[in-house]
Amino acid sequence: MATERFDAVVVGGGPAGSAAAYTMAKAGLKVVLIERGEFPGAKNIFGGVIYRKQLEDIIPEFWKEAPLERQVIEQRMWILGDQSAVTLSHRNEAFKEPNNCWTGLRVKFDQWFASKAEQAGSLNIYETVVTELLRENGKVVGVRTDRDEGDLYAEVVVVADGVNSLLGKALGVHREWQPNEVSLAVKEVIAMPKEKIMDRFNLEGNEGVTTEFVGNTMGMAGLGFLYTNQDTLSFGVGVMVSDLKKKHVKPYELLEGVKQHPMLRRLLQGGETKEYAAHLIPEGGFHSIPPLSGDGWVICGDAAQLVNFVHREGTNLAMTSGRFAAEAIIEAHEHGDFSRAGLAGYDRRVRESFVHKDLKKYKGLHNFLRDSDPTLMFDKLPQALNEAAYQMLLVDGVTKSEKQRMAMRGVTEATGGLMSLIKLGARGWRAMNG
Amino acid sequence: MSDMKLEQDQKQTPSENAPKMRRDLSPSEAVHEKDWSDHKGILIVVEQRGGIAKKVSWQLLGEGRRLADKLQTHLSALVIGSNVSGLAKEAIYRGADNVYLCDSVELENYRTRPYSKVCLAVIREYKPEIVLLGATYTGRDLAGAIATHLPTGLTADCTQLDVDENRLLLASRPAFSEKMLATILCKQYKPQMATARSGVFLALPLDPTRQGDIITIPSQMTEGEIVTQVLDFLEQTDHVSLEDQEIIVAGGRGLGGPEGFVMLQEFADALGGVVGASRAAVDAGWIGHDHQVGQTGSTVRSKLYFAIGISGAVQHVVGMQNADMIVAVNRDPQAPIFKVAHLGIVGDLFTLVPALTEAIRAQKRNSGSVPVAL
Amino acid sequence: MHIVVCIKQVPDSREIRIDPNTNTLVRQGVPAIVNYYDLHGLEEALRFKDTVGARVTVISMGPPSAEKSLRQCIAMGADEAVLVSDRAFAGADTLATSYVVALTIEKVAQEFGIVDLVFCGKQTLDGDTGQVGPGVACRLDYDQLTYVEKVVALDEKNHTITVHRHLEDGVEVVQTKLPALITVLTELNKPRRASLPGVLKAAQYKPVVWSTNDFANIDRSKIGLKGSPTIVSKTWVPEPRKVNTEMIDGPSPEAIAADVTKRLWSSEAASRLGWA
Ligand SMILES: Cc1cc2nc3c(=O)[nH]c(=O)nc-3n(C[C@H](O)[C@H](O)[C@H](O)COP(=O)(O)OP(=O)(O)OC[C@H]3O[C@@H](n4cnc5c(N)ncnc54)[C@H](O)[C@@H]3O)c2cc1C
Ligand SMILES: Cc1cc2nc3c(=O)[nH]c(=O)nc-3n(C[C@H](O)[C@H](O)[C@H](O)COP(=O)(O)OP(=O)(O)OC[C@H]3O[C@@H](n4cnc5c(N)ncnc54)[C@H](O)[C@@H]3O)c2cc1C
Ligand SMILES: Nc1ncnc2c1ncn2[C@@H]1O[C@H](COP(=O)(O)O)[C@@H](O)[C@H]1O
Repeated sequence: MATERFDAVVVGGGPAGSAAAYTMAKAGLKVVLIERGEFPGAKNIFGGVIYRKQLEDIIPEFWKEAPLERQVIEQRMWILGDQSAVTLSHRNEAFKEPNNCWTGLRVKFDQWFASKAEQAGSLNIYETVVTELLRENGKVVGVRTDRDEGDLYAEVVVVADGVNSLLGKALGVHREWQPNEVSLAVKEVIAMPKEKIMDRFNLEGNEGVTTEFVGNTMGMAGLGFLYTNQDTLSFGVGVMVSDLKKKHVKPYELLEGVKQHPMLRRLLQGGETKEYAAHLIPEGGFHSIPPLSGDGWVICGDAAQLVNFVHREGTNLAMTSGRFAAEAIIEAHEHGDFSRAGLAGYDRRVRESFVHKDLKKYKGLHNFLRDSDPTLMFDKLPQALNEAAYQMLLVDGVTKSEKQRMAMRGVTEATGGLMSLIKLGARGWRAMNG
Repeated sequence: MSDMKLEQDQKQTPSENAPKMRRDLSPSEAVHEKDWSDHKGILIVVEQRGGIAKKVSWQLLGEGRRLADKLQTHLSALVIGSNVSGLAKEAIYRGADNVYLCDSVELENYRTRPYSKVCLAVIREYKPEIVLLGATYTGRDLAGAIATHLPTGLTADCTQLDVDENRLLLASRPAFSEKMLATILCKQYKPQMATARSGVFLALPLDPTRQGDIITIPSQMTEGEIVTQVLDFLEQTDHVSLEDQEIIVAGGRGLGGPEGFVMLQEFADALGGVVGASRAAVDAGWIGHDHQVGQTGSTVRSKLYFAIGISGAVQHVVGMQNADMIVAVNRDPQAPIFKVAHLGIVGDLFTLVPALTEAIRAQKRNSGSVPVAL
Repeated sequence: MHIVVCIKQVPDSREIRIDPNTNTLVRQGVPAIVNYYDLHGLEEALRFKDTVGARVTVISMGPPSAEKSLRQCIAMGADEAVLVSDRAFAGADTLATSYVVALTIEKVAQEFGIVDLVFCGKQTLDGDTGQVGPGVACRLDYDQLTYVEKVVALDEKNHTITVHRHLEDGVEVVQTKLPALITVLTELNKPRRASLPGVLKAAQYKPVVWSTNDFANIDRSKIGLKGSPTIVSKTWVPEPRKVNTEMIDGPSPEAIAADVTKRLWSSEAASRLGWA
């Protein structure tokens, strides 16, 4: 057993863990951060958008030193048909000053963020797996690792071990995933010469573009993304695990299929796949958020299901929850009280912040998606929309009013009648604005 | 040869004193301006055990001959050991113009200090411009010591040697796990030294009509001065190390079971080689993992490689494609192994292997050739 | 008993690829590791720490980033780590490296106590020469035992060590007096996984760092590029070998075997094997 006693042990070197470790170490607490990977970010993936605001609250002017790829000046949304797309996009120079968000790669970003925590005084140890929580009289007092003499004692354990949170399960605040609460994302990092990327996406200097797309996911509920990095593209698609199961599709087949879409094929052409990875994203939303603290522990980030999947904000919420947890622990440290009551400041911070409010806004969405037919939402509707656009734009002698009727008919037929379409719209609206 | 006895070694016991660096290991004058033109000729240090020379030494004499002729200079050999005067003669027959012979009882077994002192004495006295040794365990041990004492540059484990018009040795060697080759030069120091890999150069045929001087060199240390003692030599090792092998007979799933490997062992014995295997055979438990060749086994560079009943999956091929001569036996004419083999035989291994074993035995009886040490 | 272990941080050459288009090395993303032979030297030293209470000092000459590798050694159980780092050391070949490593061991002996045993790896993954060990032994005037696959006995009273040296055709049992330098093979042992206290110690550990200025008696003409007799004049990727497969056929297995044997004996391989 390690004889030293620490104020806090942080489990997991992702954005949540590093934010917590950094904040606590900076306040002078004795912190150990334990990460199982060879280095932070070694096995972590995400699509690749990092927002300014929440990280700035932790490390002011971080963009001057953090390994970021490109500053996003345009965001595109594509609704894919078989070989077509209806697109909506917004490009604005104003996104540069102040910057709104960047693209990034976890391998670099997580290492940097963890090293910031280290510089602040956190002891980071890697290639070490936390296997269980140590408890005394119902209170968490430390962790057990897979190394020899591997027990480590601390006043509080910060559980930030990501979507599969083994420790969350041990605490009983994290059930086994239901297939309809989690989506599986597959992602490739595709290498491509810088000039080619800048040409294809119409970019100058450090500018970047994000593209999100729906449709063309074999009728499964899901979303694809294509982000520009310096000399790579992040390309992936995530779909509900329940749908993958139902359709017996392997995630990789899905990705390969989407790649063939003419809109995407052209952008990806000539690139060389450098990495391939798959990862879960919690999609349970507001209703799945567990209690966030207890006697001697707090839980944050993906482990606590804090992901806003509508706006692909995960790292954001992870970092913010990590910071909140740290601030609450610093208070607890001052009062010498690490009990549930002593740590309650964490729950309160989350509740009063955008984290809770944003997730609450979309609280109905999960059930809405669960109860609606994925083939309708992610296949028939996008198809109908594309068909409608096609008909409207095709000049073939048919009158414009007839065209409009045809288009409308296509969409209502896809949903099974006008009434259903209206109901669907209303339910969707409510889900997004709960 | 008055000052050939080097300074006595004063060995300290650890408790006496902290280690003191030898400050005399570099010439005091600036080497850059030094005139090396008195250094002439090529020296090959012959390695032997029990009076039998390692093949690489004769191969280096063959290559050394070529280089010496190109430089229009002489080729010398240095033979060190006990009762090794026969080897001195053989070195002449194998291409040397003259031989330095240091024959003394305390040189029976290789030990770094007494051997390196003999080498240093000869090099300092006779000033060769190039010194080559075999890149064997012993050769590398010795070369490292000599080069540091002289001092001079040393290139390890070369697979190509040449000289250019400025009399520079172009020593080329694999780098980055054999993925690249690099040519290394030693411009401002002499001699230029290299160790070279066994089996890449060709020995000259034995020519007993060749003549040359044999110059005796006194031993440089007495037994009493030598600290290191060789207590024993164990021929048999319990693990096979395929990387060192010259002849490998590898079997795959086609052998059908452990009995197949008994047959293969006989064949390997006839050839004087060892048995290797594909992963399929290892996974089946027919033979130990020590024997596996390929991506997750050993990477071999044998002179001769038999692939018997092996399909030639890429993971296997990466481990053996650098063998000099590959012979494949497979009943499937489409087997990919035939793409990398020099000789291919389509047929049933169960009849072919015994026939091959017999034929090899007969050939060896006739040519009187015995398997010799590396 | 005080043991020095020489380690080098190297790019994991097993992961280096050749870019087929440019024929150059792709070093990007290749992890830096402790040369794995060296870890076996460390493990052996740590076993002496466990059994006879030896003190273990790890040393490395390399860039500041090599601190990471030294910390890994501390995590495994080494007592002290010294990084010798200076721009002036850059470009060193084995001769210049062995000079600096030997100077370092000398200084380690002066400052941390007399050295009885030095471990080096068989060779490095990047240099691949196996020459630094013998070079260091020469300079320190230690006896060297290279390619050791087993340490049979360490006799503290008589200051002797007995080992198995691996040779192509067998194993040599050799004994020498301490101090001595040993270069090790991977067969020697299985390096341990660091314990949690070890990892925690390493995370807080700062290696001792020496630069040229810390060596009073250093001869600057013997270090770095200047002190290196060898220079790399060019590198290239060898062409993949083209094989013209000759298919052998015959009326009977015996006839085929005879044909194959004849061809073997007249091949270059036969003369390389010493058959001809
Ligand atoms: C394909 C994909 C695309 C995404 N796109 C975006 C995006 O564009 N923008 C965005 O903001 N978010 C995005 N997200 C979500 C975001 O990646 C996560 O929400 C965020 O990484 C959560 O951070 P975390 O620190 O909670 O968990 P993680 O980043 O998962 O970190 C957990 C860490 O804990 C370690 N660990 C786990 N168990 C143990 C243990 N027992 N012992 C020791 N260590 C352990 C892991 O190795 C890991 O490093 C995306 C996610 C995916 C999968
Ligand atoms: C990650 C990975 C790593 C791997 N690493 C290795 C490795 O290191 N080494 C390795 O070898 N493999 C490795 N493999 C396995 C490799 O892909 C092949 O499966 C394996 O080499 C096949 O072994 P084989 O040729 O003996 O068997 P098979 O492919 O089954 O071939 C047997 C051959 O014997 C022939 N044959 C059968 N009977 C007779 C007969 N009576 N007479 C003549 N010919 C006959 C058949 O025609 C056939 O060509 C690896 C695979 C993976 C995925
Ligand atoms: N820069 C260095 N610092 C410390 N030890 C080294 C260094 N380079 C080589 N060595 C040691 O010498 C051994 C042989 O290295 P090499 O001669 O480069 O193959 C290595 O396994 C190390 O133990």
